[in-house]
Order: sequence, then structure tokens, then C-alpha cells
Amino acid sequence: MTGHLLLLWLASAVVAGTPLIFASVGELIAERSGVLNLGVEGMMLVGAVSGFMAAVHTRDLFVAVLAAMGAAAALSLLHAVLTVTFRTDQAVTGLALTLLGAGLSSFLGKGYVGIPAPVTFRPVALPGLSQLPLLGPVLFRQDVLVYASYLLVGAAWAFLAWTRAGLALRAAGEDASTVDALGLNVAAIRYAGVLTGGALAGLAGAYLSLAYTPTWTDNMTAGQGWIAVALVIFATWNPLRAAAGAYLFGGVEALGFRIQAVGGTVPSYFLRMLPYVFTLAVLLVVTARSRRPAVPAALGRPYFREERYG
Amino acid sequence: MDVSLEKIRKAFPETVALQEASFAARTGEVHALLGENGAGKTTLMNVLAGLYRPDAGTIWVGGRRREWRSPADAIAAGIGMVHQHFKLVPSLRVSENLLLGTRGAWAGRREVARLRALAREAGLRVDLDAPVWQLSMGERQKVELLRLLWRDARVLILDEPTSVLTPQEGEALLGTLRALARAGRTVIVISHKLDEVLRYADRVTVMRSGRAVATLAAGEATARDLASLMVGHVPPPAVRPGAAPGPEVLVVDRLSVPGDRRALAVRDVSLTVRAGEIVGLAGVAGNGQRELAEAVAGLRPIVAGRLRIGGRSLEGASVRDRLASGLAFIPEDRQRVGLVGDLTAAENLILKRYHRPPICRRGLLDPRAIRAHAEEALRRFGVTVPPRAPVRTLSGGTLQRLLVARELGENPRVIVALSPTRGLDVRATALVHHALQEAARSGVAVLVISEDLDELLALADRLAVMHEGRISAVLARSQFDRSRIGYLMAGGAA
Amino acid sequence: MIHVERRAPLRPPVAAVVRLAGVAAALLLGGLFLAATGHPPVAAYRDMVSGALGSPYAVQQTLVKAVPLALTGLGVALAFHAGLWNIGAEGQLAMGACLSSWAALTLRWPGWALLPLMAGLGLLGGAAWALIPAVPRALFGTNEIITTLLLNYVALLWVDYLVFGPWADPHAFSFPYSRPFPEAARLPLLPGTQVHLGALCVPALALGISVLLRSTRWGYEIRVTGSSPEAARYAGMPVRRTVVGVLVASGAIAGLAGMIEVSGVIGRIQQGISPGYGYAAIIIAWLARLAPWATVAVAVGFAAVLNGEFALQTSGVPAALASILQALILFSVLTSEFFIAHRVVLRRKRREAWVPQEVPAEP
Repeated sequence: MTGHLLLLWLASAVVAGTPLIFASVGELIAERSGVLNLGVEGMMLVGAVSGFMAAVHTRDLFVAVLAAMGAAAALSLLHAVLTVTFRTDQAVTGLALTLLGAGLSSFLGKGYVGIPAPVTFRPVALPGLSQLPLLGPVLFRQDVLVYASYLLVGAAWAFLAWTRAGLALRAAGEDASTVDALGLNVAAIRYAGVLTGGALAGLAGAYLSLAYTPTWTDNMTAGQGWIAVALVIFATWNPLRAAAGAYLFGGVEALGFRIQAVGGTVPSYFLRMLPYVFTLAVLLVVTARSRRPAVPAALGRPYFREERYG
Repeated sequence: MDVSLEKIRKAFPETVALQEASFAARTGEVHALLGENGAGKTTLMNVLAGLYRPDAGTIWVGGRRREWRSPADAIAAGIGMVHQHFKLVPSLRVSENLLLGTRGAWAGRREVARLRALAREAGLRVDLDAPVWQLSMGERQKVELLRLLWRDARVLILDEPTSVLTPQEGEALLGTLRALARAGRTVIVISHKLDEVLRYADRVTVMRSGRAVATLAAGEATARDLASLMVGHVPPPAVRPGAAPGPEVLVVDRLSVPGDRRALAVRDVSLTVRAGEIVGLAGVAGNGQRELAEAVAGLRPIVAGRLRIGGRSLEGASVRDRLASGLAFIPEDRQRVGLVGDLTAAENLILKRYHRPPICRRGLLDPRAIRAHAEEALRRFGVTVPPRAPVRTLSGGTLQRLLVARELGENPRVIVALSPTRGLDVRATALVHHALQEAARSGVAVLVISEDLDELLALADRLAVMHEGRISAVLARSQFDRSRIGYLMAGGAA
Repeated sequence: MIHVERRAPLRPPVAAVVRLAGVAAALLLGGLFLAATGHPPVAAYRDMVSGALGSPYAVQQTLVKAVPLALTGLGVALAFHAGLWNIGAEGQLAMGACLSSWAALTLRWPGWALLPLMAGLGLLGGAAWALIPAVPRALFGTNEIITTLLLNYVALLWVDYLVFGPWADPHAFSFPYSRPFPEAARLPLLPGTQVHLGALCVPALALGISVLLRSTRWGYEIRVTGSSPEAARYAGMPVRRTVVGVLVASGAIAGLAGMIEVSGVIGRIQQGISPGYGYAAIIIAWLARLAPWATVAVAVGFAAVLNGEFALQTSGVPAALASILQALILFSVLTSEFFIAHRVVLRRKRREAWVPQEVPAEP
């Protein structure tokens, strides 16, 4: 009996962690290129509402996902233009984008609150793999987007570690003037990083409104965008560790629901606090142990080619 | 490949760096670009290498007129530059750094093999798999050269290449450069070191105040000619009056200090500085000098050994206590550490005394006292600054003089100065040297840590040499010998 | 091709004009947005202005709304001066409100004793909530943007728990608010106005912070730490103590704002005491360039926008307009900052860059 509960919990941990994987891997890519994007929360919301609206009108999940990623990417384009081309303060710009994203999603989603999604992502058991003990029911009886997240983590890691483009991205986040002197286009690299991060944040939002809940409510991300930003630090900008962290947090969140389901008497509010408190605790431990955990050296600083050495 | 620059002009918001500067270098020669700090040498070469866009003037490469939209164009045309600040990403490996920006999709095992072969051919020994932050300056420079050779650069520009090397490493490098030139490339070396230039260059172009004032064949010129061309007049020789030193003021006794990465940067170092003497600490950058200075100042912990100022033990003391014991510290980074950019000059001048009367009474700052103190300090050291401007708008020379004025104005017993004249022009450098010498004359113990050996040879009564965290020798003035010091800096036995 | 280059800094009056132009551009964009959603912009803006400032009553309501905005703005600006990002004003406000609500709902004291206690508890609640992220920031450098922000969510959930649980109004049938406060726990109105006593805190605090930063030793340490923590350490300043002190002070001010809101305006504690004041505070502080009195002025401006937006809602204009407009204003000002410091040049034309006196260049 407890074994069954355990499997249920682990499976829902994977589900709960999936939007965090999308958002944190996306943010990780943006940050490794040197741009801090604090607008993730707003982009996730925009993605969630756009995906939902597209699903209602077209009843096509594929189109809905594209719409979500496109809308969030458009918002992130604004971030890129402001921070990379106009060299504005990256943190303030990101916060303004979260504000804009929240306002826009609230406005756009007005007519869609409470409507159940007409089409949703349903679990698809992978033949063969889903029969494995333990791993089978937990990992391989999930919906398509979860499988996509597995591929994403692997692809992101391979991209950063093995490709020359990934090398260029990493270098742009460490030392932009060197990259520029070597003839690469720092702005283009950073634009690509930010847009990728935005699109993935949109995908995370779409997952929430089309698979996880699945519905649209105002401010439905409830801070998961911020947890994703914290996750990137926890993962020391490494996609594999980000995935581990995402599932860890998914587990904590799912734990809250499980406790309620088993009739625990803890008020739901405290259970909902768990993910945030846990994130805080983890962040504290990580920063207490190592002073400078592998921060991309150029993170947060705009690059200006004709900067003169002081 | 021949290159030439014609009537280049380049202005920045605060200054005009180049005014109608013209320069030409030929295939097969080693051409030195000589000038003091601030003459515009690096700026001119940055234009040639595509980093800066000239406001006016033309670039000729191989007989064709060229215009660069970015450094990539210049690199494609065969122009390669090794900068003073190496264009290497410290956290990446050597091979990764070399592959950065090249065509291809994957990590490039084949290219790495080719790089190893190329390095062997050119006689440049370096570990391709090591992360750059582990490499010494000399090794990093080899990586930079290797990069240029790999991109098949026909024109090699090097910016102050010997400034981070020991004299022996410098000789080896210059030999390599001469060989490369004879093999058909064009080598341009930016330098401010007269004697060196005369030894290896075929031709010398002297720059001053943004213009090229003369081009001479090396055989035709003497050191005095070049010096007067560089500064516009013949500088008087540095005077160093002998003085009988007083009692010990700063005593460093078997000090060990950790570096940024786990290992010890300073190992078992002992050094004393007496009142009225100037002790120089020489060494190639990265051998623990900075860490030693920071440990004395209280910015870095001491894990073993003793530190005494005026007899007081201060190993565990706070920064405030050390200041109270009479320590003044001139840090390397004058813009971010020594001075506060957003504050005015007067507000910066009270940085070491803002918490005591007369500046501060019962938690409140007295603006009249601040103003009075500032006027006194500026007058005493002859510095003029706009009163209300934030300090970050001032030039490097003014900043350093402000910093020195503040530190000396506290009437310290001992001064530790870290690279005090880096990046300053001749006039500012002379003023700083003068201030330090004046301080010594009035009984202050002065410790000057610098990568500029000439500076130390001119100022110091005694010279200590530091290598890999240890002091290898302390020499009296009568024992000063450049090649012996160079040998010590490179790790030779005392 | 477009080419960007730095230019000599503009004189302050010119820079101010550029920033105002940015705000005007934002209003224009907002107007376009309105028009695109079927609401005539001119009429909408006119309604907004009259709703916010059109009558003595409206002006007073705007001032009342400006109080929490100004207070949190001042607190956030103070933190910024030390180089610290306090994104947690929302949560600190809530905790200050919580703690002072406890006194309001459980103690039967007379007003002259109860209100000062509540104010003190408000300060304490916000301060304590800010202490949690402050200590790790001081000791380990833990990023305070994320920690203060995460605590917002925790604080709001805590308030939810209280108003749905132990403090719920028995007559409210599970509406998310507490019992109404007794009269003794309500801030009195300034005689002859509709504005409560708490409004006096705003000019008092603006003056206090202004004096602090300019004339005190702590203010000097704050400014140095904010400009360059390395320089502060080099000078022997107690950087860690400064970090904690400033964040705690910032939180305390937000907590006071919370107390003022529940005592002076709402009269009870409920879900959603603050419609995003803590986040608006960041924008307000930034727009005011951290100057205390400018912060108050910008806060009044924001309050006017919010009040005006209420007036519009009856005519069907979307509720999220205020935050969209705020974001647009921020973007425009951010961009105008860029134009103040840089110039965009087209490649064909070789315009002469600004040329100062001929002095030898630094390398």
C-alpha cells in the first residue's frame, strides 16, 4: 500500500517538476550567455494564457504550445532589446517585464477564467519502458511534454558541453569583451540566449495551463518563475543539476498535495508554503557552503565594445 | 604583409586619443611602437585590429585600402593582436579558448590535435587541457601567440608583451618574435621600455599625445634621443638621496596567507621596513604580492605568522585597528577600492576618518569640518579637483594623486603601496614618486610593491624579490643587478 | 547600419526633459492600447484625471492611496542606496499588518495606548521579516532579490491562513477577512479631512531619510557600501552590519505601511491588503532615482493613476491597465536613460563625435 503511495508521489513529483525544468533550463541558458532575466514569471504567465486561449480556439495542442512559446518569446524579445541593445539595468527591466506579463495575462485571460481546457495533454505510456519496475510508472507513463523535458535536459547539456555554439554562449557569459575581440557577435549570442529562455518559459506556462491544472486562473504560476530563477543558482548553471533540483521541488510540492489527500490535518496554507521555504533553505545552504558557485562572470553586466579600461 | 595607417583620428567622450596619427610597418621587420602611457599606442593598434572605429583616416593592408566593421574583418584579413589584458576566458580550458570563434559545430578533437602540432613546431610549450586560470602569465601569452599563428595571422601586434614576464622570459619571447618576422610576418610591438626596444627592434616609431612624431631605424637612435622624443624634453635623472633608516616600523614575520583558491599564496614570508626607508617588493604578477599587501591591510586573513606595526601585534586586528596603528594602504584598484566613484573628492578624503571627531560628532557629520579637511589635504599635496563632481569622472592621474593625498594626509607611520603608478602618464608618475620619497624623508616606512622593475630600482633602498609566495632574496641598493633580479623573479636560487 | 556610441553626459535639466518625454511616450502607448481595445483614449485619460484629482474628495483619496506607496517606496529606496534590492516589501507590509492586527483584535486598550503599540508592532513585524533574508545576505552573499521575493509568498499565505482561520469574521461567511477592528484601533482622521493620521509619517520619514543619508555617519556608510562594498571594507566599515541594518530598516518601514493600511484605511485585516504596493515601490524608487522627496512625488503620481483607474472601471476599461501602464512608464524611462547616456548614429554619415579640449588620453 505504501509502495503504491510512494510511486504516486514520485510520479506527481515528476509532473510538478516539469514546468520548473522548462523554465529553469531556459533561464540557465539566458544567464550563461550573460543576461539575467527576472521576467520569467511574467513570461510563464503570458505563455500560460496564450496557450490556453489558442487551445480553446483551435482545439489543437500543437498550435497551442507554439502560441505559448511564441508569445513568451515576444516578451523576452523586449527584454533582449532593452538589456542587450540599450544596455538598461537587467534586474529592473526583468521586474518590469514580470509586471507587464502579469498585467497582460490578467487582461487577456479575463474571459477564460474557470473554463476547463477543451484539450489537454494526457499521459502516454511508452511501450516497453513503462513496464520497468519503479522507473516505469514514475518516468514513462507521463504526457508528451514530460518526455520533451527529458530530451531538453539532455540536449541542453550536450549543447553547452560539446558544441562550439555552446562554447560561444558560455564564453559570452564569462567575458564578453574577449568574445567580441575574437570576432563573434556578442549581441546575437545574448539575443539567442534570452529568446530561448523566453520560449522555454512560455512552454512552462503552457504546461501549467494545458497539462498540470489544466485551466486558466489569474496569476496561476504563483511564483514558480521565481523558484526557477532560484533553481538556476542551486544548479550552479548546470542543466543536469537543474533537473534534479526541479524534481526535488516538484516532490516537495507534490508532498503537500499527498498529505492533504491522505487526510492530514495541516492547514493547506502551510503545505503551500513548503516549496518556497524549501527553496529558501536550499539557497541558504548552497551559498553558505561555497562563496561563489560558478556564477557566469559577466552575468548582469551589459557589454559595450568601446568601453575603455579604467 | 605591409600595413599602414594614415592620419587616424579617434576621440572618446572624455579625450581625443589620436590626432592625425600615421604609422607603417613592413613585411619581415620587428617594428616597435614606443611612447609613454597615454600616448595612444594601444588605441592606434586597436584601430588597426578592428576594435575601434576611426573617426577619420584610412587603413591600408597589403597595398589595399580596408575598412573594418568589427574585429572579425581584421582577423580575416590576417591581422592578429595580443593585448595587454589577455583575451582569454579564465574559466575555460586552453583548447576551448582557442576554438572559440572558429568555424565548426562540435568540440573539435581534430583541431586540438592540430593545435598541439602547431605548438610543438613553434616551440611554444603549453598544456592545452588546462583551464586558463591555472596558467602563469608567460604561459597565457604563449597561448595568445599560438592563437594568432593558428589563425594564420600575417601581421602580429603585441601590446606591452614583456610587462608580465621576467627579464629572461622576455628575452626568449623577443627571440621568438624575431624568428617569426624573419619567416615572413610583420611584427609590431607596443612598448614603453626604451632599452628593450633598442635591443630587438628593426625600426622604432615614437608616439606622443596622439601623434606619431618620428620613425627611426634602430641603429640610428640612442636612448636619449628616443626619451626626448617620447616626452618632448629630456627628463632629469631620478635622484635618490641616501638616508639612515630608523627603527623597525613594519615587521612581517613568517606570514602565511591563503589565496583565492584554497592554496597558500604567501608562504612563510618575513620582511621588515624601517622608518625613513623605501623597500621595494619585486616579482612577476601573481606570485603573492597582492595577497601579502591585502593581508597587511586587513583585507585577507592570516593563517600563520606575525604582523607588527610600531611594535603592536596586529595579526587578528580589524582594519580600523590597523589604521589606528598608523597604516596607510594604497590599493591596486584605485577606482573601485581606493576611492568611491559616486562621492565627491571631499567625501572621499574623509574615508579614513569619517567616524571620529572633528568630522563626526554624535553620529552627525559636520560639513564645515569636511570642507576644511579637504581644502587642507588638497593644498598640502597640490591637487586641484572640481569640488562637486563625483570622483569617477576624474582622470586616472588625478584619482591616484587624490588617493595618495588622502593616505599621506593621515600622517601614517607606514605606507603600503600596490602598483601605485600603473596606467599613469609620466607627470603623474613623477608626482606620486615624489610624494612617496617625501614621506620617506619625513620618517615614514614605505613598502612599494610593483611589477615595474625600473620604478623599484629608482625608488628603493632595499629590494625584496617574491616568487611563488616566498621571498627569495633581499638586496641592498649596492647589490641591485637587473639580470640577477630577473633570475630571482623567475625562481632562481638566491 | 545603426551604430551606438557613448556621449558626454547631458546637463541635468536636459536629462530631466528626456525622462519626461519618456513618460509622455508611455502615456501615448497606453493611449494606443486603450484605443486598440475599443476605449477612446482621450476620454479615458480625462476620466482618469478627474477621478484622481477632480474634486477635493478625489484628491484626498489619492493622498490616502499614496501613503503606502510612498512609505514602501522610501523603504525600498533606502535599501537601494546601500546597493540592496528589497523586493520583499509586499511580504514585510503584510507581516507588519499581521502583528499590529493581533494587538487590534486581542487587546482592549484605549486608543492613545493601542495605536502607538500597533505602530511599534508594525515596524517590528516588517523588520523581523526582513531580517530573515538580511542575515544570509550579509554573511554569505545570498542573493536578496530571490530570498525577499520568496518570503512574500510565504507571508501572503500566512495572512490567508489567519483570515480564513483563527481570525475569520464569524459573520462573513468565509469571505477572506477578519472581524473589524474596534474604534480604538483605528487611526483617527486629520481634522477636517478624509485623510488619516498615518499620512504624516510620509513627510516625516522622507525628511528623516534625507537627513540620514546626507548628514549622518550611518548614511555615509550606507552610501559608500552601496557605491562600492570593496571600498567600504577597505575603509574598515562594518559592511555586514550595514547590510543587515539597512534591510531591516527597509522592512520596518514597509511594516509600518502595513499597520497604517489596516488601521487607517481598511479597518480589518484581509486577503490582499496590498494590491502590489511592494512591487510598485521598486518602480517608484527607481523612477525617483532614489531621492526621498522625489519618491514621495512619484508615489503621489502612481496613486493618481491607480485612483483614476478605479474611475475607469465603471466604463469597462480593463482592470489590469494600471500595471500595464506602470510597466510601460518604466520601460520608457529605462530607454530614455539609455538615450541620455548614448547616441545612435547611422553608419553612412560620419558625424563628428563630441570633442573636448585636447588632452593626452589615458591608455
